[in-house]
Amino acid sequence: MNVLLDNLALFREGFLGTLYLTAVSAVLALVLGVVIAGFRVSPVPPLRIFGTLWVTLLRNTPLTLLFLVAFFVVPKVLFPGVNSFLLAVCACGFYTSAFVAEAVRSGINTVPMGQAEAARAIGMTFTQTMRIVVLPQATRTVVPPLSSIFIALTKNTAIAGAFDNVDLFNVQKTLSNDGYEIAWIFLWITIGYLVITYAINGLFRLLENRLEVAR
Amino acid sequence: MSASVLFDAPGPRARARNLILSVVGTLAFLGLFFWIGIRLNDKGQFAGELWDIFNYAGIRENILDALLSTLKVFAMAGVLSLVFAVILCVARLSDHKPIRWVATVFIDLFRSIPLLITIYALWVGIVGDFTPMWALVVGLTVYNGCVQAEVLRAGINAVPKGQAEAAYALGLRKTQVNASILFPQAVRSMLPTIISQLVVTLKDTSLGFMVLYPELLYSARLIANNTPVGGVYPIVQTVIVFGAIYIALCLALAWLANWIEQRGRKSKAGITPAAGAKELKEVAAAGTADLAAAAPAGTADIRKE
Repeated sequence: MNVLLDNLALFREGFLGTLYLTAVSAVLALVLGVVIAGFRVSPVPPLRIFGTLWVTLLRNTPLTLLFLVAFFVVPKVLFPGVNSFLLAVCACGFYTSAFVAEAVRSGINTVPMGQAEAARAIGMTFTQTMRIVVLPQATRTVVPPLSSIFIALTKNTAIAGAFDNVDLFNVQKTLSNDGYEIAWIFLWITIGYLVITYAINGLFRLLENRLEVAR
Repeated sequence: MSASVLFDAPGPRARARNLILSVVGTLAFLGLFFWIGIRLNDKGQFAGELWDIFNYAGIRENILDALLSTLKVFAMAGVLSLVFAVILCVARLSDHKPIRWVATVFIDLFRSIPLLITIYALWVGIVGDFTPMWALVVGLTVYNGCVQAEVLRAGINAVPKGQAEAAYALGLRKTQVNASILFPQAVRSMLPTIISQLVVTLKDTSLGFMVLYPELLYSARLIANNTPVGGVYPIVQTVIVFGAIYIALCLALAWLANWIEQRGRKSKAGITPAAGAKELKEVAAAGTADLAAAAPAGTADIRKE
């Protein structure tokens, strides 16, 4: 108990760090993922190839390797002096975007064929078909997998903590160095992660229910 | 819906536009690569000597050793997690309320804790003395065991009810029904998902890097930091080599999953993965994804049918 009360400020900083990192990378992953999914079904062949490459490469690389690239190759070689938060957001966001893209693509596949055919028949272009007809209908099937993907993202941000980014996992390192009882530190950190993951779970349940009504 | 449904067959104008877009896009990409290339060249990362380190027998042995230790951990964690998953799944579907309850809480808890924290907690010695290797193996086993248990549960729920009823009617006991009727069918319909989760296990062995277990990523870091060639550290080269190894391993496993799925689709015997099972597969494919949301939804679907 003492560990938490003594270091409340540090824990708060770590908790907010994790929350912030998760939120920003989730937004990045969502935007990129939808765009990449669009690329994968687009009429322009190079875009399709690019989308496939992106998903295959990122889905089969361990996130730790991506972090290694982000934290040791990018600052040293490409952009010197980028702050660690931005690098962590890029690593987490890019990695997760591949999974979002796959979820969105399978969601697109569940929309009945007649919908797109009808959209084409009334003269919509590809972008219009996607934006107005297909993607809104795909949302319903995409929501449950998205919730799992974002929960996984929350858990993956712990790796950023190991790379000296301020978050809950990083708090644990600082406090163990200060000589507090390790078991208690881990207990509080775990609770911090549980709060975030259960909040995401609840949020998406809510969203799912609302979409269910809308049908 | 196949991609071609989403757009008309391109006419002359669309073809011309696509061509222009393709050329511009490709040029933009080439430009980006060119720029990265220039930056890398400025830092001397393109010197041919940097690649020479991979010609040394010592480095090659290092890589091979690292690959073997990664595969060793993966093999142990893979097998143990499947065994653990069967135990957890049986407990989760048990007729006794306390056992069911304990299994549910355990699965929910360890699926929600970041794997890195589980491994780290084992390593720093909260519940006993673990070497880095065992911390990694046990952490991976607990986490992936929980995920695989949910996958198996979804598979068992997807087996038509009549199967178990018929088995009971023949006078088989609970253990016999589970072992000879339910589990074989569940495993069969869930095999692609199980293998996708094994790919995740393989990728997660790279967390051993954090607890100083000498697996692939750790040795990549070691090689990149300890063999400077003319004052330049071969980081880019090592990342390319080790990234290629990881991607090759994962793609091989993913290919196996695909092959099994296609084989299963061809043979008509046995049950086909139900709607819920399919949804679960998407999720399990989603990296270290949590099945919490999908599993109840999937099983509910199956009950409705």
